Amino acid sequence: MRLAFVNSLCKLAEKDDRLWLVCGDLGYGVLDEFARRFPNRFINAGVAEQNMAGVAAGLAQAGQRVFVYSIANFPVMRCMEQIRNDIAYHRLPVCVVTVGGGLVYGGHGYSHHGVEDLAMMHVLPNMTVFAPADPVETRLVTEAAASIDGPVYLRLGRGGEATLHKQAPAFAVGKALCLRKGATLALFSTGGILEPVLSAAEALTVLGHPPSVYSLPTFFPLDEETIAAESRRCQAIVTIEEHGRGGLAALTAEVLAQSGGGARLIPIRLPREPLAESGSHAYLRERQGLSAAAMVQHIQTTLAAWAK
Amino acid sequence: MPGESDHSVALANRIRMHSLRMIHTAQASHIGTCLSIADLLAVLYHDFLRVSPATLNAEDRDRFILSKGHGAAALYAVLAERGFFPIAELDSYNRDGSRLTGHASHHVPGVELSTGSLGHGLSVGAGLALAAKRLNLPYRTVVLLSDGELDEGSNWEAALFAGHHQLDRLVAIVDYNKIQSYGSVREVLDLEPLTDKWRAFRWYVTEIDGHQHDQIRSALNRIPSDSSQPSVLIAHTVKGKGVSYMEHQLAWHYKSPSQEQLRSALAELEAQP
Repeated sequence: MRLAFVNSLCKLAEKDDRLWLVCGDLGYGVLDEFARRFPNRFINAGVAEQNMAGVAAGLAQAGQRVFVYSIANFPVMRCMEQIRNDIAYHRLPVCVVTVGGGLVYGGHGYSHHGVEDLAMMHVLPNMTVFAPADPVETRLVTEAAASIDGPVYLRLGRGGEATLHKQAPAFAVGKALCLRKGATLALFSTGGILEPVLSAAEALTVLGHPPSVYSLPTFFPLDEETIAAESRRCQAIVTIEEHGRGGLAALTAEVLAQSGGGARLIPIRLPREPLAESGSHAYLRERQGLSAAAMVQHIQTTLAAWAK
Repeated sequence: MPGESDHSVALANRIRMHSLRMIHTAQASHIGTCLSIADLLAVLYHDFLRVSPATLNAEDRDRFILSKGHGAAALYAVLAERGFFPIAELDSYNRDGSRLTGHASHHVPGVELSTGSLGHGLSVGAGLALAAKRLNLPYRTVVLLSDGELDEGSNWEAALFAGHHQLDRLVAIVDYNKIQSYGSVREVLDLEPLTDKWRAFRWYVTEIDGHQHDQIRSALNRIPSDSSQPSVLIAHTVKGKGVSYMEHQLAWHYKSPSQEQLRSALAELEAQP
């Protein structure tokens, strides 16, 4: 995903000479091409995220379009107030990009796990929040981010993610992408968790619960229309996110409570309390119910409990 | 030139009187800081900043950021005096439905950045100055900081950044009145040696009396320095300056003048030459 991002950004920078990239002393081997090709519009702000976000706001106030790049929570939490007051409130075209959304940085530990970012970013004024699932969605949301006249948050995975869209989907900001159509179950996924969600959908189909599957590369504004429509058609809406509380499940619950549909919610997400153990990305997902097998089991168990 | 000084001194006096009336009417806080920065604002807007209502969004206009956003009443006062909006609107300060919020708001014509939480202005100013340098634009960026505000670490990130990138069109002014929210600077978190700190961050430092207009003016006129450094003016000021019973008093960070106190304060200012 990060290479899809930086390749898209270089193409955009060729066409838009107001486009800047500001990094927080991270991006080794990733940002080099941008830095080499557009040195006048590249800044390594050092290990100083508050200043990095403020400088980005200043550049944007001077008419520039700024991408801020770092990893995990670093460009989000340390400088939350700069993003809120200086960028979001002033509706400045600054896109905060993080690599390592969710549990991607596995063994690095909780300091590097971006599991509250969607909750924090989507509540800020004027903010658009993207969480692409694969390199194709990454390219599409990066292009969209470069033309939004306001603040954007872009949550990326890391590298090496499978391409899940065999051809470019009909993307629009704020619209869910449908990957398969099913019967009385609809799975809504945001971000890099889509690959196991698709595996879970295969298994559920074999088990007699063929689900619809949607990817939400735009987390906010949420595609409430599609969720509401599915809630009137389905028995259950399942939300899947590599994120804790306050994310997709919470937003979907608001939609369901107002939609008039009969569907109930099955939230699949991370617990609030972090694990006290090390582990790879795959291990941490597995331990916290985010493997394909765990998703299938949780959905089946819930449906069975409802049926009693 | 005495003529110039006369005008900016008269403007500073009007900023003080507007601020007193606004804060009295709204029963708001922060009169001490408004009086402390009135002379700095007067010289900036009278003699230095290339800004005007007609060039509100001009790419090459100078940028002024009141990082100590609690001095908003004084900023609104000088902007109204310079014609950015009607002086009569100052009466609505901090009242229901007014755009003149208690801390500086960018919804007010002439205010570049909404502030109120301390430690934001210098980084945004550094971004503006970086754009000017890289894009070869002529504008200067001035950021007015409080002394207590320098407790915020973000300022020192920005100071490091601006020094490193030699942002010579960036000017920071420290309103060094030696009193912060809940005590004296010396008691709470002593900033001394303050000039040495800025020099160590590769800034060009000038110490001035922040109420002497000729000193403020001549310090500003040396910018940009020929040393490729950002500049900082350490402006020694008096909190509550110009109203004898408010000077050096922490309480006037919070209190609103009563009708009688307002009358006596205005009388004192009107009597000034």
